[in-house]
Amino acid sequence: MTSIAKPPVRHPALHPNALGLTRRDYEGAMSTLCAGCGHDSVTAAIVQACHELDVVPHRVAKLSGIGCSSKTTAYFLRQAHGFNSVHGRMPAVATGVSAANRELAIIGVSGDGDSLSIGLGQLCHAIRRNVRMLYVLENNGVYGLTKGQFSASADVGSKAKRGEQNRQKPIDPVLLALTLGATFVARSFSGDKAQLVPILKAAMRHEGFALVDVISPCVTFNDHEGSTKSYASTRERQHEVAPVDFVPITHEIRASYAPGEALTVPMHDGSLVRFRKLAEDYDPTDRDAAYATVKRVHEQGEVATGLLYLEEDAADMHALNHTIAAPLYDLPFETLCPGSAALEELMRELE
Amino acid sequence: MRGARVARLFPDPASANGRNGDGDGDRVNDFAFKVGTVNGTGSASANSLLLQSIFRMGIPVTGKNVFPSNIQGLPTWYEIRVSRDGWTARTPDFDLIVAMNPATHERDIAEVRSGGWLLHDSSWPLDASLLRDDVTFIGIPLGRMCVEAFSGGRERTLMKNIAYAGALAALIDLDLDVVKDAIRAEFAKKPKSIDSNFLALHLGYDYAKANFACPLPIRLERMDATRGHVLMDGNTAAALGCVYAGATVGAWYPITPATSLMDAFGRFCARYRVDAGTGERRYCIVQAEDELAAAGVVIGAGWAGARAFTPTAGPGISLMGEFIGLAYYTEIPAVFFDVQRTGPSTGMPTRTQQGDLLSIAYASHGDTKHVALFPADPAECFRFAVQAFDLAERFQTPVFVVSDLDIGMNDWMIPRLEWNDAWRPDRGEVLTAGQLQAMQRFSRYLDVDGDGVAARSLPGVDPKGAYFTRGSGHDSHAAYTEDADAYREIVDRLKVKLETAARAVPPPEIREREGAEMAIVALGGCNGAVLEAAARLAIDGIPLDYMRIRGFPFDVAVGEFLRAHDRVFVVEQNRDGQLRSLLQLETGIAGDRLISIRDYGGVPLSARAVMDGVTAQLAEVPA
Ligand SMILES: Cc1ncc(C[n+]2csc(CCOP(=O)(O)OP(=O)(O)O)c2C)c(N)n1
Ligand code: SF4
Repeated sequence: MTSIAKPPVRHPALHPNALGLTRRDYEGAMSTLCAGCGHDSVTAAIVQACHELDVVPHRVAKLSGIGCSSKTTAYFLRQAHGFNSVHGRMPAVATGVSAANRELAIIGVSGDGDSLSIGLGQLCHAIRRNVRMLYVLENNGVYGLTKGQFSASADVGSKAKRGEQNRQKPIDPVLLALTLGATFVARSFSGDKAQLVPILKAAMRHEGFALVDVISPCVTFNDHEGSTKSYASTRERQHEVAPVDFVPITHEIRASYAPGEALTVPMHDGSLVRFRKLAEDYDPTDRDAAYATVKRVHEQGEVATGLLYLEEDAADMHALNHTIAAPLYDLPFETLCPGSAALEELMRELE
Repeated sequence: MRGARVARLFPDPASANGRNGDGDGDRVNDFAFKVGTVNGTGSASANSLLLQSIFRMGIPVTGKNVFPSNIQGLPTWYEIRVSRDGWTARTPDFDLIVAMNPATHERDIAEVRSGGWLLHDSSWPLDASLLRDDVTFIGIPLGRMCVEAFSGGRERTLMKNIAYAGALAALIDLDLDVVKDAIRAEFAKKPKSIDSNFLALHLGYDYAKANFACPLPIRLERMDATRGHVLMDGNTAAALGCVYAGATVGAWYPITPATSLMDAFGRFCARYRVDAGTGERRYCIVQAEDELAAAGVVIGAGWAGARAFTPTAGPGISLMGEFIGLAYYTEIPAVFFDVQRTGPSTGMPTRTQQGDLLSIAYASHGDTKHVALFPADPAECFRFAVQAFDLAERFQTPVFVVSDLDIGMNDWMIPRLEWNDAWRPDRGEVLTAGQLQAMQRFSRYLDVDGDGVAARSLPGVDPKGAYFTRGSGHDSHAAYTEDADAYREIVDRLKVKLETAARAVPPPEIREREGAEMAIVALGGCNGAVLEAAARLAIDGIPLDYMRIRGFPFDVAVGEFLRAHDRVFVVEQNRDGQLRSLLQLETGIAGDRLISIRDYGGVPLSARAVMDGVTAQLAEVPA
């Protein structure tokens, strides 16, 4: 039932991927976000990741909640079905989509308000269910769309545009996800595509819930002095724990990695994720160590970025449910309805 | 009028005039009794044993569980009505009460009708102040006998229940062999339990036989009136409907009285939808973190093309409000079962009510209106569940199957469910890859045939079908808009769609009666009581036409019926007359024609409440 759209006439500079699609084919509608908004950079990184991964655009379902960040699902993959749902509830909708059609690649985009306040429960439980999806949390420390209130990820001491200081402790989605048993936890920065794109690619290949927390500054309400999630602040404090390079099997390039300095983790689909360890003893498969590292780096006043934790063998929602491999939405009715004979038998039992 | 006219399920009762005042002589197969116990002591299985055994003697019977929101230690009652005429409503007139709970002795003794019987555990003396001259007290030392016959507190407590069932069997002439067969079937895998159950049964039975004149004038006699029927509760039937309709995704958050619906769905799926070889499941049940999430899962699954549903009750519907509006406006099929309980708030979670009618009809914010089906019994729970998925997909909108605790959790005698193997689901207008390819342009929200429904595409099928689903303003191409005309075009079409749906929901069931000028209107679980009341009122010289509403938005027949009668009694189980309001709002009928009869204390409606309501109103309003 599926087909691949023919690529439109393309600029010679845009090189096609294995499907013959150029990066343009992975773009979406024009962004209506503020010029310079970090979220647009994340969108560009998603476009690039999908292009490089040879993702079939219409086999993706892109879902979001509500917020500036959540609007961005309209700005990439125009050939994919998109669903801008309700505030904080994208994880549930994504769970339903995955339940109905496990063959779709699901990309969820959310904000820190969407994910850490109104939708905190939903995020936690999607992690617990281990729904197979990429979950991008575009984290700017504020509610952009409602004009600059603090979000639950605002650091203590950060100042809002009008000058008031946040005094409540933040919720760190990465630490939260690690505690909840998330099977893929990464953090990056919207301004660092070289790191973000490989992380997104690895996350999309992950057979489970992949949380990518992206510090994504709000230029309008949170990119000023005193804000801890501004461009300047984040660039300065970024501390790369584990640079990640995602290498699909078809393009495997080993030469650039010196042996001994890299840790290679095979993904389920056969492709490889390679970690370059900044810290000699950093092991992305050790949950406790990941937690400790993120905390320690945070205590140094820095942001740990990279692929922080990965567990490849965990069962996802469908494995836990023993769901049939074929998508449920398309099963022949005859295989679903027990029929009149079964009903008669049941009625006899009840007589 | 388009309303479906139906033959009466049962003829008017020969006994109708004698039922409430008691005539002399035996009351064969026409009486009611109840058992008062403490919850958590295992009385439920003894009570269902009684219900089943009477049913298997071929006698029409209904059981109503009046239970507390508690796990152990509070009073609970089980009411059994035996009706040779097939009346299913609860009756508040108890001929016999089995008072096993000292904490409710006073109330239980007071509730026995004059001339009736009280069975109590005489291991301890009854307080003399509780005795009544007009009631016969039957004391049986159930506790003492069980202490002597069994060891261990657990078994002694459990067996006391079987012992009172045995005593009852002797007193009302319940066929002991039928009871024993039921016990054998129940404990087929535990022969030891069969022995102890038989022993307990005989403790009660033999004692009653030896010490009292058995049977009492209220007694059973074999009939042949249950052939072709089964005992089933509405939640089980609804779950079976979901299975037969081809639903594959169920999401829920536990809530009484809806929980047993998903439990049953899980059981049926385990039986019918698991590959024997691989163990793979052709379904996915998500126990969500709350009702918001359950609604989200259902909407996501519906958007992606699966038949999906969630069972819940009023508090869950409240939480789902925002998502319901999203599904309505973005036009996503979703099936919601609201098994109503007594509100507001936590209210009385284990008691029944029809308190969610208005909140379902217009659930969520903005201009919304929803398709709702109102089953009156478990048989309709099955059929309407199946139909709900068709309507949801055909109209791409949330559909509510609105039952209540009485229908959902109590065992009802219903005709055997049947299935037509030629039936195929109506998946509505869903475009295939081929159809999409052949189109110039796919416009998600463009209605081409005027029924208000626009064809949809599913994710993953074809790039040409891709569109962006949003709860914010959108035009017929699904593009974002804040333009007044484009916005109005969509919401006006949704109105047309709901008007089309009004012609597709089950039409009202109309029963006309010779000489009737007035009428009675009800829906859902009121049906049994209204049918009985109307039959008895007719005998008393008050003939009434009867319309039972089965769907919303209302079919034109509903307004026509109301306008054809000067005076219409609207019977319902809520304080504010929600059905009456809905009828006024939707049909424009003058309020003074609609006379409200309401019963909302949380117990199932009785015919007497309806009859008293009608006669009181007639006394007030000069004809
Ligand atoms: C139920 C509900 N409550 C409140 C809102 C208003 N609202 C819209 S977006 C938003 C906050 C978004 O913040 P975040 O997720 O951080 O996204 P950002 O705009 O910063 O990208 C709020 C409170 C809403 N849409 N729905
Ligand atoms: S308000 Fe902030 S988050 Fe929203 S679009 Fe503008 S810069 Fe981005």
